[in-house]
Amino acid sequence: MSTAKRPSQPRLADLTSGWDDRDLVIYRVLLLGAIAFPFFITLVTGGSGGAIINTAADAGVYVLLAIGLNIVVGYAGLLDLGYAAFFAIGAYTVGMLSSGQLYGSPLHHEIHLPFWLLLFVGMFAAAGFGALLGAPTLRLRGDYLAIVTLGFGEIVPRIFRYLGPGSVLGNWTGGVNGIAGIDPPSLPFGISGPWENGAAFGFLPRFDFIDPLAFYVLMVILVVICVIAANNLYRSRLGRAWMAVREDEVAAAATGVNTVAIKLLAFAIGASFSGFAGTYYGAKLSLVSSENFAFVVSVTVLIMVVLGGMGNIPGVILGALGIYYVLFNLLTNLPDLATNAANSIGLGFLNTSKGDWIGLHDEVQRLNFLVFGLILVLVMLLRPQGLLPSRVREQELAKGISEEAVFDLREES
Amino acid sequence: MAILLVLFIPRAASDPSFFVQILVYGLANGAIYALIALGYTMVYGIIELINFAHGDVFTLGAFVSLPLIGAFGLTEGQSASLGLYAALLVIAIIVMLILGGVNVLIERIAYRPLRHAPRLAPLITAVGMSFILEGAMYIWRGANNIHYPDFLPAGRISLGGSASIGYKDLIVIALAVVFVVVLTTFINRSKLGKAMRATAQDQDAAQLMGIDINRTIAATFFIGAILAGAGGIIFGLYFNTVRFDLGFQAGLFAFTAAVFGGIGNIQGAAIGGLFIGLVKAYSDGYFTSQLTDVWIFSILILVLVFRPTGLLGMRVPEK
Repeated sequence: MSTAKRPSQPRLADLTSGWDDRDLVIYRVLLLGAIAFPFFITLVTGGSGGAIINTAADAGVYVLLAIGLNIVVGYAGLLDLGYAAFFAIGAYTVGMLSSGQLYGSPLHHEIHLPFWLLLFVGMFAAAGFGALLGAPTLRLRGDYLAIVTLGFGEIVPRIFRYLGPGSVLGNWTGGVNGIAGIDPPSLPFGISGPWENGAAFGFLPRFDFIDPLAFYVLMVILVVICVIAANNLYRSRLGRAWMAVREDEVAAAATGVNTVAIKLLAFAIGASFSGFAGTYYGAKLSLVSSENFAFVVSVTVLIMVVLGGMGNIPGVILGALGIYYVLFNLLTNLPDLATNAANSIGLGFLNTSKGDWIGLHDEVQRLNFLVFGLILVLVMLLRPQGLLPSRVREQELAKGISEEAVFDLREES
Repeated sequence: MAILLVLFIPRAASDPSFFVQILVYGLANGAIYALIALGYTMVYGIIELINFAHGDVFTLGAFVSLPLIGAFGLTEGQSASLGLYAALLVIAIIVMLILGGVNVLIERIAYRPLRHAPRLAPLITAVGMSFILEGAMYIWRGANNIHYPDFLPAGRISLGGSASIGYKDLIVIALAVVFVVVLTTFINRSKLGKAMRATAQDQDAAQLMGIDINRTIAATFFIGAILAGAGGIIFGLYFNTVRFDLGFQAGLFAFTAAVFGGIGNIQGAAIGGLFIGLVKAYSDGYFTSQLTDVWIFSILILVLVFRPTGLLGMRVPEK
């Protein structure tokens, strides 16, 4: 990491001083890609690419989640199997505080806070719950902590589902149906232009986020903020303390690191990213439901982090985008692709169901689970360190540095 | 928790036979969790891996036994006879052997190559294997509930009042007890059991003592699958309906049971399974089933906070 001699750079570079050069290159490519993406899609689809841009904005939610979980798992080395709980807390925060939901609750008042404020409310709510869960449990050793988080991840969505109509405490969360009609984010002013169905340039007194493109832009900005925050956390005193705790907790404590406080911070900060993502998610979808925060979500985000390369943000982002693409695009479109392929090569008879054969479309659809499982196992077997691991970890693995000391002093004394 | 007990005791006292009935149901249900929990606890004890695929091996047990039941010409409603039970026993043994092979294969393909990889890598392959097994069963039978034939005798023994215990419940509980006793004896007395305990304590030292680590770990997976297979068949016979993603929830509960009892501890897993079964039954029966999982996982967290090694676990010195 040669940061010594850099020619004069624009002021923005202060935010990225000291970052890994390889990472910086990847970030620039990613940012350019993110900016070019909507133009490219609009060009290719001839202006009807809204659905694709919408999907890309949704993928950003997972990128945020993966960056946040990376702080907990990748930096501090704490296995969190219930990360979706904090996501749910963020989403339900925006749901309750920015819709008509609380009118039916014992409060009998609707609350409509602006989205921008709620981003921080969601963030702090999630961080608060992270600290609340972490405080009594963080002294547990690695895997026991994982189990506690797993339990927490199972409890939170169920409590949200229970606190609906008919619960002892009254209707706070809409129960099984969740909360609908959440206010979209809005700005006090905006500018209309040819990107909105070819409208003329003009000044808007109020700008509501309805267009997928607006959400996409918002998401890119959120991701950029989070990447800068996470990277600079990593390079801070706190980041070094996380790494010390990850590598050897006893040694870290011996050198004066307050391990409990450090782990608690990792937990709370990691959770705050998730709350951030949850707030955006609730406001974009305009609907939150407890089904969207199941254990599968926690596992999916964990897979993104591990598969992409733990501890390395570019790797984690690529992992998140890759897994999101496979899960929500490739696998969902595979049945149609297979049907078309069969038709085009003269095997169209496969598409009709006959006896036990339920038709190619449905057969391929049933393959989804299997294909995803195979991808996970194969990638992990071929690259156990992840697709794009951090340089430090890569070196460790290449040199075969194991967790065991070659020579253990304790046994000598 | 105290409030819950205060709410609970008068209601239990007002209708004792309902209380007893739920006890029976909870024990039978818990016995099945216990069988799955044993596999979790053994695998975790020996290689410190949360084997997410284990719950699906359990489901596979029920799925594999279905065509065998057809192949043996057993039909639902035929009168209970020695022949029927002999056939069921043979089916169970075949299923156990198949599952044992499958589980050893899973270990060989997905876990063994990653034994010295970063710790999370095998966890992800375990999740992947779980998806593969679920996917295979989904392709095979689709997403519907599948009827599992009912062969267990339907009679019930009265326990006073309106409460009664079915032969079904008795058989399930008895089978679980037999498995736990046999397994405990095996692990404590046999040479392989000794090798398993040694490997769990210190792999390198065990290897230096001439223990074949790979074989021992494979044997652990084999035994775990035998228990899961037995659990799958018993589940099918008891509840008479199975589904491809059954193992997910059951696996999560069983894992909770294993942790509750003290992970790595056989009796602990059995007691944990029974306890989880009871909590589930009483929560379903007296409160609302919506919150059952919340109680179970809250208890799990409380146990871990106040007694991190579980009910019967030993305190391991921290490195």
